[in-house]
Amino acid sequence: MAFSLSPERERQVDEILTRYPERRAALLPVLWLCQRQNGWISPEVVEYVAERLQLSTAIVTGVVTFYTMFFDQPVGENVVWVCRTLSCDLRGGKAIQDRLEKKLGCTAGHTSSDGKFTLLKAECLAACGQAPMIQINDYYYENLDVETLDRIIDAHATRGGDAAAAEFSTFARFGSPAEGAHAPKGSAPPPPTEEAVRLASQPPPAAEAPNAGGDES
Amino acid sequence: MSESTKPLLTARYGIAEGWKLANAEPAGAYAVARDALTSRKPSELKEEVKKANIRGRGGAGFPAGVKWGFLNPKEGEQNYLVINADESEPGTFKDRSIMDLDPHRLIEGAIISCYAIGAPVAYIYVRGELAFSINRLEEAIAEARKAGYLGERPFGVDLGHPIEVYVHSGAGAYICGEETALLNSLEGRRGEPRLKPPFPAVKGVFGMPTIVNNVETIASVPDIIEMGGDAWSSLSRLPGDGGIRIYGVSGHVKNPGLFEAPVGLTMRELIDDYAGGMLGDRPLKAVIPGGSSTPVLDPRRKVDAPAEDHPLHKWHGMSEIDVPMGVDTYRALGTMLGTCCAIVMDDTINMVEACRNLMRFYKHESCGQCTPCREGTGWLVDVLDNLVHGRGKTEDVDLLVNIANNMMGNTICAFADGTAMPLLGMVQKFREEFMEAAVDGVPDGVRHDDSVRSIVEGAA
Repeated sequence: MAFSLSPERERQVDEILTRYPERRAALLPVLWLCQRQNGWISPEVVEYVAERLQLSTAIVTGVVTFYTMFFDQPVGENVVWVCRTLSCDLRGGKAIQDRLEKKLGCTAGHTSSDGKFTLLKAECLAACGQAPMIQINDYYYENLDVETLDRIIDAHATRGGDAAAAEFSTFARFGSPAEGAHAPKGSAPPPPTEEAVRLASQPPPAAEAPNAGGDES
Repeated sequence: MSESTKPLLTARYGIAEGWKLANAEPAGAYAVARDALTSRKPSELKEEVKKANIRGRGGAGFPAGVKWGFLNPKEGEQNYLVINADESEPGTFKDRSIMDLDPHRLIEGAIISCYAIGAPVAYIYVRGELAFSINRLEEAIAEARKAGYLGERPFGVDLGHPIEVYVHSGAGAYICGEETALLNSLEGRRGEPRLKPPFPAVKGVFGMPTIVNNVETIASVPDIIEMGGDAWSSLSRLPGDGGIRIYGVSGHVKNPGLFEAPVGLTMRELIDDYAGGMLGDRPLKAVIPGGSSTPVLDPRRKVDAPAEDHPLHKWHGMSEIDVPMGVDTYRALGTMLGTCCAIVMDDTINMVEACRNLMRFYKHESCGQCTPCREGTGWLVDVLDNLVHGRGKTEDVDLLVNIANNMMGNTICAFADGTAMPLLGMVQKFREEFMEAAVDGVPDGVRHDDSVRSIVEGAA
């Protein structure tokens, strides 16, 4: 069956096209819109995008297959990326992957039998100071231990992604020199205090210790 | 050599919801851009950035002011500014904090920079994984546009061209942090690097003269213009490498995170004074100073610079981690400052295993265009797998060196060098461990990952 974007997303395509002097530059943004609607880049999506941007399907397919985040096969309702690059591995990335595989009942690269979760290994996700971490759909979950991980997965399974993200997801944070560390002579004073860490919390939880439970060496 | 007395780049990180214009503006956002666009000439602004001696914050450390000077558009050509937010270098997590916590600083920097170099459009290329940061930026851009800071007449000033800032999302490819791969990706192509020359300043995005700068570089521009290039530069402890920057620390420290400090801290200061020292007070074994492509530092090794004219003579006989962290000092030390985000490893780490972890990364991320890189990265992983699993032989250690040397300098972009250099550094500095692995393998408990799986295995 032919694929088409929703009218709202069609309007977004029109707006995106105004951002670039060449139509082809809209290819990645339009593929993103399609994947958000369809879940993956099916052959029908490729045909739609090729026609919309007046490109050949070969060109569109070549781009889709180059980028890790465009799925050319169906994936589960939620996509879980577990970071296994060095900084995360130094802080227990393997334990996080092992727990996820046990919890979801599938190994990395596969989808759970209920179709709710696809587990994928990720390369560095730029959250190294808050290792170990995972990404579920659009959201980052950082400074993980296996208990918190269980709660996050349960929240996704029972209450849905938005509710889980509101409770557990994190955005970039900023550290301050460790308490008790002597300030280096003549250098900058401590940067601002720990910034809000929870997405939805107002105000941020005061007692949030940046590395609570992180000492697993 | 004065030292910074208050945070600059990160000054608004602590403000409640500082990513909203209503909260950022009372704390100073856009005041510098307004002043610059209404009362200063582009040439003056370019001069200040040059005087600031700001070395590119994306990893290569090229002076941003000099880069801007390469623009020389021909008749009918339009300049572009492209901001590299494809932060993907393992160990690096600083740019994300700017986008999440103070997006208006980046947009203000983009406005001033666009005005200075005469670019009507800035594209911010953000890695696709950072969906949250992308939304933050989009919302902040919408606020700035509504306030009249972007568009046809930014701040009500007729510049002769508009200033628009657009976010362009990547889709998962480390190589798109390489500037010409980024330009291809922005144009809707596979993210494969281009041959240089022509350099982007001559022929960049859409064939037009383009400046590609890192997020942190552009976010530093408002402070540079406000303080003046000379004053900002003198915040650094080092000559020719100006200002303050964001340091990152991850791995085996008590307090991993990001810290703003003058350029020229030593690694020892960063680990002990900022990051709280080693986790569990274990000994420091090695530190990768500025992202995975930078050769590892070994605290046991002493600086060997007896000649008085050697750039590191001042630190002769001291540990490698006591040399100030600067673009030029680290180059003289045989490593690179890179992104200035360190990965700290204690004595529990097996260097062969750490090396294998990083080489797997490079194997996965090689774009495949050039044979030495495509084949070399895979071959390195195969040899390291053999070593780790006790299937290796002692000749394999030299084979690793041989493969790496045949990758260096033989490819279109610096990716192969960025793979070979850290490998060569690890083998050179921790050779005994590689030799041990060649005989005995790496014991089970020390391996990070016994079941090497590819993310392309099976579905998706």
